[in-house]
Amino acid sequence: MLYREAGEFKTTYQADLATFPISFDRWAFWIATAFAFLVVPWFLDDYWSEAVFLPFFVYAMAALGLNILTGYCGQVSLGTGGFMAVGAYASYKLMTGVPWLDMASITILSGLIAAGVGIVFGLPSLRIKGFYLAVATLAAQFFLIWMFNKWGWFYNYSASGQISAPERTMFGLAITGAETNPAVTYLFALGFLFVFAWVARNLVRGRIGRSWMAIRDMDIAAEIIGVNPLLSKLSAFAVSSFYIGMAGALYFAVWKGAAERTEAFPINVSFNVLFMIIIGGLGSILGSLVGAAFITLLPVFFKVALVEGMGWPTDIAQHIQVILIGGIIIGFLIAEPHGIAALWRTAKEKLRLWPFPH
Amino acid sequence: MKLTRFAVAAAVALAVATPASADLVFPMLSYRTGPYAPNGIPFADGYHDYLTLINERDGGIGGEKIDIRECETAYNTDKGVECYESLKGEGALSFQPLSTGITYQLIPKVTADGIPLHSMGYGRTSAANGKMFPWVFNFPGTYWDAASIIIKYILQEEGGTLKGKKIALVYHNSAYGKEPIRTLQELSKKHGYELILLPVDHPGQEQKATWLQVRKERPSYVLLWGWGVMNQVAIKEAAAIRYPMDHFIGVWWSASENDTLPAGDEADGYKAITFHGVGEDFPFYADLKTYVYDKGLSAGDGSNKGYVLYNRGVVAAMWAVEAARTAQKLTGHAKITPSEMRDGYEALDVDEKRLDQLGFNNFTVAVKITCANHGGPGLGAIQQWNAKTKTWKIITPYMSADREVVDALIKEDSEAYAKENDITPRDCM
Amino acid sequence: MIFADPFFWEVVISGLLAGVMYALVALGFVLIFKASGIFNFAQGVMALFAALTLVGGLDGQLPFAHLINWVLGTEWHHWYDPPADEEGAPLWFVLLCISLTTAGMIGLAWVVVRVVFQPLVNQPPIILFMATIGLAFVLEGLGDLMWGANVKVLDVGLPNGPSDTIIDATGMFVEKLEISAAIIAVILVTALTMFSQYTKMGRALRAVADDHQAALSVGISLETVWWVVWSVAGIVALVAGIMWGAKSGVQFSLSLIALKALPVLMLGGFTSIPGAIVGGLIIGMGEKLFDFYIGVPYLAGATENWFAYVLALAFLLFRPQGLFGERIIERV
Repeated sequence: MLYREAGEFKTTYQADLATFPISFDRWAFWIATAFAFLVVPWFLDDYWSEAVFLPFFVYAMAALGLNILTGYCGQVSLGTGGFMAVGAYASYKLMTGVPWLDMASITILSGLIAAGVGIVFGLPSLRIKGFYLAVATLAAQFFLIWMFNKWGWFYNYSASGQISAPERTMFGLAITGAETNPAVTYLFALGFLFVFAWVARNLVRGRIGRSWMAIRDMDIAAEIIGVNPLLSKLSAFAVSSFYIGMAGALYFAVWKGAAERTEAFPINVSFNVLFMIIIGGLGSILGSLVGAAFITLLPVFFKVALVEGMGWPTDIAQHIQVILIGGIIIGFLIAEPHGIAALWRTAKEKLRLWPFPH
Repeated sequence: MKLTRFAVAAAVALAVATPASADLVFPMLSYRTGPYAPNGIPFADGYHDYLTLINERDGGIGGEKIDIRECETAYNTDKGVECYESLKGEGALSFQPLSTGITYQLIPKVTADGIPLHSMGYGRTSAANGKMFPWVFNFPGTYWDAASIIIKYILQEEGGTLKGKKIALVYHNSAYGKEPIRTLQELSKKHGYELILLPVDHPGQEQKATWLQVRKERPSYVLLWGWGVMNQVAIKEAAAIRYPMDHFIGVWWSASENDTLPAGDEADGYKAITFHGVGEDFPFYADLKTYVYDKGLSAGDGSNKGYVLYNRGVVAAMWAVEAARTAQKLTGHAKITPSEMRDGYEALDVDEKRLDQLGFNNFTVAVKITCANHGGPGLGAIQQWNAKTKTWKIITPYMSADREVVDALIKEDSEAYAKENDITPRDCM
Repeated sequence: MIFADPFFWEVVISGLLAGVMYALVALGFVLIFKASGIFNFAQGVMALFAALTLVGGLDGQLPFAHLINWVLGTEWHHWYDPPADEEGAPLWFVLLCISLTTAGMIGLAWVVVRVVFQPLVNQPPIILFMATIGLAFVLEGLGDLMWGANVKVLDVGLPNGPSDTIIDATGMFVEKLEISAAIIAVILVTALTMFSQYTKMGRALRAVADDHQAALSVGISLETVWWVVWSVAGIVALVAGIMWGAKSGVQFSLSLIALKALPVLMLGGFTSIPGAIVGGLIIGMGEKLFDFYIGVPYLAGATENWFAYVLALAFLLFRPQGLFGERIIERV
């Protein structure tokens, strides 16, 4: 009744192919975007920025990257932590080596460097498939972390091996370093996420996305009809690592401000991002965002509710939180194995027919 | 979906937001879960119990009750930052993250937000230079002090010379583990020993290759710079290759009962460095019994009393309380702000007389902090494990580090940090 | 040359024994993957949970003590005093605790199959993998809540320290604990292989591993078979937990041994029991030899972690399904 296509007539091919064919959706999207860009920054403080929004943006970017590789192209990868580290270290070297570059260019360049590394580590995918490939990408994870640990050039030979982001400004406002305004970092990260989620959406709807999905569904058949597996798989690795590298650069420079490689990018990060896309929905842009929100924000929510809300002791609250999150994951998977995005799609389908059941 | 979640969290947070209280807020970043929980629990218990003692026995500090805010970090940097951000607006007076990783993250933040950070014997060593790091304190000693003191002890044991000897460092392959390397390298140039570096990857559950190297190289002494399961496995592996335990010396974070108990009798004779006493044989324990244990107010299950890390938590809390008292004296009012707390830390002077007054006779070193020296006296003593009685015993008097070497390194590192981050050191009159 | 180096054989033997320890963990993964196609991320946490339960029983610890004390304000920690003679716990008591823990793991397997995997029959493998992750979280939180997060010393009477006989004979230091682990692993693998080849239930397992639909159509109950498989995996996890726990004390890091088993699985194949052992031996030996001869002298050490994966990767490039894994046949 409210949410329907009746009365929507498309007069151009372009309109027909739009991402949001129903005008209700389009309005909702633009209103939400306007809210996020124009309204939220006025109400932000450090806590909301550092503990809620920035983690969500950074991990959403990483989840987008991994979803392109695993959800759209079917190559399971557990090297996310290592590629984020590449992005972080690349941005560190660029920030300290080329002080006149602005943060946006540095982030994009770090992403490109990570893309190059991603292509190299993606080569085994031409021979290995499935879970074996996942474990092979773990080699990338461990090797990259070891490499950053070993060669002092990466951390400018500091005695502790820690890297810290020096201050960089854009349009006169500090983006990195300790003296940043929470609204500024929020807008910077949100801007990047918005632009690149848009890019990702259009990539996966285009020819290259279709070749990825062909490889995912049945790569031998895809090869037979002319999809080049080498180009497709390596391009998936490249684009995915680009996004993940940018996430790593944002993590290091904008969100955290410092990183210590064994603690910032361990194997847990790789697993967490994989969980995000599985819970959110493989092969769905919205799924990446929702999954990232789920995994980064649910623990914070539980902590606030259990410890501050109900005054439980911190360790019991933490244990209960872990059990609840595990239980919720299992519950979600039983209810809708294809992730929250699939639940959302089903809900929208039902809404289109509401109040009729079918 | 995302918006709903935010709305609910916001609603819950706002609904239970505590109004600005009249108490002194002491945040407690602890890890009672996660991979380092066995070490985090006794420290958190000790810290909590001492603050409870002050509330119960003295009615708080200067009449103001202490509001202990515990926040679980699970040794995870993300959670640590989240805890910091959520507590800093509540008037938090000082942060002690008990994690080198979280400390590194918080150093720029506390400097921007103006809250003192006490990274007691861990964290960024060059923060001992108070001119460069006005908001960070790491007394009573740093890792570089510890390394130097251990070498001094070895020198004593070896009759004053180490020429031609081999000393191995088995370290956790992280920022924490790498801290002593520069100092040990400088000292090896000075004293003529050969330094063998043996990193162990996190978590350190499997160290066969490392200890095979120790077998091959046959160093006279092995230094252990580990944390968590790496310590237990290292001690077991050392016992398995029959390495003489009294030549195996750990840093103060590889020196707790958790590390030696799993190895049983074979860990007998293992040594480590410390900066406070062990066991319950101190006057303040009587007070703890009367005001905390007997009243059922102890944090945790009370099984950690007297343990090394429990005592460490107590001493950390003691210094925090004394800093608050000093701040109250300096400003003349009881309700101090974080910036005044920092001044209190910087003017901290807990000498032997004051330690006796507090019931801490012979428990720890006298500490005097100045504007330029946030690293304290840099003293340490060696303790040894007795596997039969399952206790530690301090076997040397408190020794000082080689200040010449350590101070030069502190200066170099803090200057590099200042250059990289465009910080001008302040003047200390 | 390298063989003349007195340490070579010691490195090799240490490597082989370390490999056996990895293989013990890998066995659990293989069992479950073989029978149900699920990559059980929770295997490491199961080992931790089993070891925690065993230690809790041996010490007479009250489960959920912290929670109960917080809710009721009491100070209970133990609910019975474990019997002890001068050597530690008597053998009958240790065996009793082990049997009770085994029963516990079998019960856990039943719950897991009914609640988690029965509703997820026929879902793609990655979804099942995610379900095991949820299971891992639940078990981890539950284990901590029940038994507490401090280090527990595990003493089931296994020998400690280096073997004197071997030191006297050859001058090599070989740990008695690891020799016992090797013997137990051999017994376990033989038992599993015999179970799989010669018993009715073993045949049913192999049938289910081959083709779920066909097994169902000849009347094999999928639910029972899965319960048996998860129970056996739970018992294997208990054994792995005991061995690793005796080495380092039972604590959270025990669950990270699963990461060490992954290269073993890659190399040996996800579906082969002998592959787990052979893979373990190769990885263990390769890792130690590389770190000892190349890692520490030339690459500043700590190379074990990534070298294991690189070694497995190298094997995979020639045999993409692992040394003993099932050949992946793809049909268009």
